[in-house]
Amino acid sequence: MLKTILKRILQSIPTLFIVITITFVLTRMIPGNPALTMLGPQAPKESVEQLEQELGLDKSKGEQYIMYLKQILSGDFGRSYSYNQSVVELIMERVPNTLVITLTSLFIALILGMIVGIVSAVRQYSILDYIFMVLALIGVSMPIFWMGLMLVLLFSVNLGWLPAMGMGDPANGMWDVLSHMILPCFCLATIPMATFARITRSSMLEVVNSDSVKALRARGLKEGVVIWKHALKNALPPIVTVLGLQLATAFTGAILTESIFSWPGMGTMIVSAIDNRDYALIQGVVLFTAIVFVAINLIVDVVYTIINPKVNYESGNGGR
Amino acid sequence: MAKQNKMPNKELMGADAHSQLVKRERRANNVWNKLRRNKTAMIGLVIIAFMILIAVFAPLIATHDPNAIKPSETYLGIGEKGHIFGTDEFGRDLFSRVVYGARISLIAAIGGTIVGGILGILLGLIAGYAGGAADAVIMRLMDGMLAFPFVLLAIILMTILGSGLQNVILAIGIGNVPTFARVVRGQVHIVKNEEYCNAGRVIGISNLRMLFCHILPNTISPIIVYATLNVAGAIISEATLSFLGLGISQPTASWGNILRAGRDCLNTAPHIATISGIFILVTVLGFNLLGDGVRDVLDPKMKR
Repeated sequence: MLKTILKRILQSIPTLFIVITITFVLTRMIPGNPALTMLGPQAPKESVEQLEQELGLDKSKGEQYIMYLKQILSGDFGRSYSYNQSVVELIMERVPNTLVITLTSLFIALILGMIVGIVSAVRQYSILDYIFMVLALIGVSMPIFWMGLMLVLLFSVNLGWLPAMGMGDPANGMWDVLSHMILPCFCLATIPMATFARITRSSMLEVVNSDSVKALRARGLKEGVVIWKHALKNALPPIVTVLGLQLATAFTGAILTESIFSWPGMGTMIVSAIDNRDYALIQGVVLFTAIVFVAINLIVDVVYTIINPKVNYESGNGGR
Repeated sequence: MAKQNKMPNKELMGADAHSQLVKRERRANNVWNKLRRNKTAMIGLVIIAFMILIAVFAPLIATHDPNAIKPSETYLGIGEKGHIFGTDEFGRDLFSRVVYGARISLIAAIGGTIVGGILGILLGLIAGYAGGAADAVIMRLMDGMLAFPFVLLAIILMTILGSGLQNVILAIGIGNVPTFARVVRGQVHIVKNEEYCNAGRVIGISNLRMLFCHILPNTISPIIVYATLNVAGAIISEATLSFLGLGISQPTASWGNILRAGRDCLNTAPHIATISGIFILVTVLGFNLLGDGVRDVLDPKMKR
């Protein structure tokens, strides 16, 4: 097992390298001169040339690439001109805010989604099952930003119960913080919740009808113990895979959710970076997110190997 | 057995050809019949057919010119002054814009899926069939692309390409290439060692013929399932890009940019965001329902 995990870690190195290369190629393809954008269209030619030299833009693409690699490996993601701050600092400032809503909403989604999925599986083809699954299908089909707008419309504009934007300040008390989190978290939790419900249901259905579960029932165990202790444990592997995928997706979903609720996280930052054509920041955020993606996939695969030792990545087709 | 009676006479066409015909007909019947019996798939199909009809006959259905500006009639509510869905911030008829928007949104989503599908299928076929270095290079590149969250990749591509329908199709397409390639490669791995492929190799058919006449047709079921579900995602992708102001730009109507405009006047005219969002939701739901149904029919092992 250790060998499998080590091999999986080594496999992600070329992926990371490719991710860095793609980011470099793509950001170099963005039209416009970054130096000119930084200084504004009225800037004198000499200062533009000087800045180009400082940024290394006058060198060949190959040299720029080597320089870029060296920078990234030493943890330097460049400097954002619109915030006039280092990109790493900016990311580190914003990541906790994004993590707060991403993790909270995923936690809610996981718990509620699994409960719904288990109830649906245990009462397959009941009215409750149909209602849950129709709701889950609608949840999966919902554009997250529309969901956000509708939540704002209902709870902020019409009912006036919850604030529509911004982040609460702990100085104003616990309720201020919580009330600002409810709508973004609920919005962000919808799609993962629906996905968890669907995957839990299908995974549980397989397990509930298996011989091992029938044997447990035959031994006279209580139905509750059979379902919640034994069956659920066996139904977990696909749920873990989806959890990893959803963690990654939620991070992206956060981009849209944050921009709707003006939540000061990575999402609002990248949207404003695009508006300002702040290439260093776009590049940094994209690269950071991609690295997080690769890391999450790695962790999921490792956890998966631990809970399900049958998986063998060496054969090249295991686990996915 | 009753079916066989309808077949042409066995003696007339030879036993082999006859049994082949029986098999073919049974299979065709099965897939379509099963799909027809599948309620979810049928609901999905009806929704999709409805939306496609709206898109095709937009000029006949629209009650107004979708781009005609009328400053005296801004933010009208639903049903006011002959505007079925009311009007937007420029006094343009929302119903007509939503109807024309169906065209752009469906073209972008289906076009993006086709572009991603063709490129992904080709790469997947090559990677799966050739194996070795080609496989390693292609799949590592695909892994690298998959590491980018789709929205971010599409955002960067749109920043490079600039807004517009063709570029939205291209961005959605490129973003979808890696998953298509993965699905196809996995299938090719299963199919290429089947008896009939070995037999083909024995009689010496060319690689191209093997790929396109024997392997591709046998990997098509999962591709169809994936493509159908993918259109659903692509509709949301178009809406996302337009919503962020990177996709289809005004005055051309797409569901995404109507929603973007609706966001800015959520207090004064909530119907704009609500209606355009409902159209997106229902269409995505349609493709998801059809995709689930097709999967149940074509790939019973995956049945949920």
